[in-house]
Amino acid sequence: MIIEFGHFTLVLAFMVAVVQSTLPLWGAYRRDARLMAVADPAAVVQFLLIATSFVALTYGFVTSDFSLKLVVENSHTAKPLLYKFAGVWGNHEGSLLLWVLILAAFGACAVWFGGNLPSALKARVLAVQGSIGVAFMAFMLLTSNPFVRLENPPMNGNDLNPLLQDPGLAFHPPFLYLGYVGLSMSFSFAIAALLEGRVDAAWGRWVRPWTLAAWVFLTIGIAMGSWWAYYELGWGGFWFWDPVENASFMPWLISAALLHSAIVVEKRESLKAWTVLLAILAFGFSLTGTFIVRSGVITSVHAFANDPERGVFILGILGVFMGGALTLFALRASVLEAKGVFAVVSRETALVANNLLLAVSAFVVFIGTIWPLIAELVFARKLSVGPPFFDAAFTPFMVVLAIILPVGAMLPWKRAEIRRAMRPLRGALVLALAVGLLVYAVQTGKSALGPVGAALGAWVVMGALIDLWQRLGRGSVGDRFSRLPRLPRADLGKVVAHSGMGVTIFAVAAMTAWVTEDIRTVKIGESFALGGYDVTLQAVNQVEGPNYLSTMADMIVRKAGVVVASLHPEKRMYPVAGMPTTEAAIDQGVFRDLYLVIGDAQDDGGYAVRSYIKPFANWIWGGALLMALGGMLSLSDRRFRVAAGARRSEAVAVAAE
Amino acid sequence: MMRAVLVALLLLASPAFAVQPDEILNDPGLEARARAISQNLRCPVCQGEDIDDSNAPISRDLRLAVRERLVAGDSDTQVIDYVVARYGEFVLFSPRAEGSSLMLWLAGPLMLLAGAGIALAMSRRRAVAAEAETLSEADKVRLAELLTK
Repeated sequence: MIIEFGHFTLVLAFMVAVVQSTLPLWGAYRRDARLMAVADPAAVVQFLLIATSFVALTYGFVTSDFSLKLVVENSHTAKPLLYKFAGVWGNHEGSLLLWVLILAAFGACAVWFGGNLPSALKARVLAVQGSIGVAFMAFMLLTSNPFVRLENPPMNGNDLNPLLQDPGLAFHPPFLYLGYVGLSMSFSFAIAALLEGRVDAAWGRWVRPWTLAAWVFLTIGIAMGSWWAYYELGWGGFWFWDPVENASFMPWLISAALLHSAIVVEKRESLKAWTVLLAILAFGFSLTGTFIVRSGVITSVHAFANDPERGVFILGILGVFMGGALTLFALRASVLEAKGVFAVVSRETALVANNLLLAVSAFVVFIGTIWPLIAELVFARKLSVGPPFFDAAFTPFMVVLAIILPVGAMLPWKRAEIRRAMRPLRGALVLALAVGLLVYAVQTGKSALGPVGAALGAWVVMGALIDLWQRLGRGSVGDRFSRLPRLPRADLGKVVAHSGMGVTIFAVAAMTAWVTEDIRTVKIGESFALGGYDVTLQAVNQVEGPNYLSTMADMIVRKAGVVVASLHPEKRMYPVAGMPTTEAAIDQGVFRDLYLVIGDAQDDGGYAVRSYIKPFANWIWGGALLMALGGMLSLSDRRFRVAAGARRSEAVAVAAE
Repeated sequence: MMRAVLVALLLLASPAFAVQPDEILNDPGLEARARAISQNLRCPVCQGEDIDDSNAPISRDLRLAVRERLVAGDSDTQVIDYVVARYGEFVLFSPRAEGSSLMLWLAGPLMLLAGAGIALAMSRRRAVAAEAETLSEADKVRLAELLTK
């Protein structure tokens, strides 16, 4: 009964979305306040209906209702409760429901926090947001209904894919979706602006927090996915340039460009058309990502719910929204007149360069991802595009970006002098080069990756810190620090996010360049040397988990005779799904991770053991978290609170109802 | 359909004992080259894994073949050519920059150049427009007159 109720509210939400996407748009066109006023309650009601539907599906999973097809395919009574929850979105249909739930939540947030938006703009934004909801709910109801019942319910389910039974991955999809779908807000604002024919500083100020929020969520989601891949897939890689990873990376790059160009719109009323285009493209890449993940046209290790019919439907949605948006853009972009002028050397130009590099690098990722498809369809060549291509074709853009970042971040608006901007940065430049040279001198082997990465990382981080130092004004160290709390949060956020970027650049280079790897057969009781450590395989035991069987090794790592860590790498077998997983054992450190993996028993009675020392591994995700933290700091800036919070008190009242 | 996904995930999830201890060459220099080559070759039957990480039997055969050729004294290019001749360019993770694949390699740099060109042209136009907005010739003459008065 609860399930049918959930199904019913989903259909009802679809109807409400149809109303939300039409009447307010018509009202905004006719300047009819009554029709426009439909948007607010419709958005809130749509959200509440989908939330009810989501709760109903969750109920089905938590109570293991095996009359539901979805629950049978993705759950099991013995599964821990956390994964019964996570199972709701660990599959195609359920994740779509989460997708539309977040979509509607963003629409409702636009109502709750958008009190000071002009009514026509708000009506249009909500109508566009509603139309995306219409498309995706139609997709769900017609091709991927999560509420399908089985006539003969089985006694138990098929279990969730064991790889997904991991706390890191349980919350990876919701964050990614918050990011993907958050970009729908920027898209809706862009379309509304094109319909209105007006983009001004206020528009920039409204769009930026949504983009920033989406970008922060994407950053966290991608970092979680990468961290999960690092410890779960068992060979310690953190990024595979897999099509599905790329699908999340492209919107991240474009939204990073968008949140920078929106600054130019807000502060200087320039780059308007470009910003609108980026907002359209950012969501376009989100939809492309959805298409790649769910259609199966491009083979991927994630390949989840491959179904050509669904693929065609999503391609249709992508075509309608992107085709429509880009046509509208072509027709109306000329209306968006730029006001602020700027010289060739200026903050504006630096941000244009930032945008260009980010957009082109996103394009490189895009073309590399779809090239196998193009090559097959157009040139009848079956070929592959993988990590070596992306490393070679993508990295140079990031290197250039990192080189110009500290300079661009300190250039004044409108008109600037390179030499003057460089003056405070001379120290950072010298330090960065010194770090690079030092690393080159110390490291063994001739790889350029380590020194270049270290120099770039130092340059970006030092540049950000000098920027902060300058922003704190003059006077003694104490004077300067006393001004820290009064610094606008957006400036603080910029410094933190940019340093995060520097940290990640350094860590990626360091880990790739200086990893130590060892593969061998080890008998129980035997020791071997790994870098400066001694690793001993003490014992291998069979252990039973809640819904798996484990072969667990007991390994001791010593340095100069002193025990550093006792680690238990596992090989698990999930009998219901019939799938093995590896659980690497990692001793995390500030400067290195010890990473041990146990493999199959060998004929001679030993076990295959793979061990690594991964230098600076945690810095990769630490840098990503710094970026996200910077975004959050920036989001808490006073001027967004002023822009968004005018009706905060009312919003609280609405939420409490 | 679901089965296909499971099989795919099974391949992915298999314990990551890609390179087996018994495959490793005694010469560390040759082994390092073998690893580097393996990381650029795609497992022909898996979902986008290189033969170095893959657990499929064919990947093991390929890894052994690569090492065999290296021990026989082949250069890296010869080894790669040897594998490509048998399995097609599909196994290359980084398509050769020739023929239609040239477009793939040039797409990024060309787009950067085009973008930079457009940005430059726009800034010129904007500068000209801004100048036109500020003072016309007649205005300048008038201004000069006023200033000299």
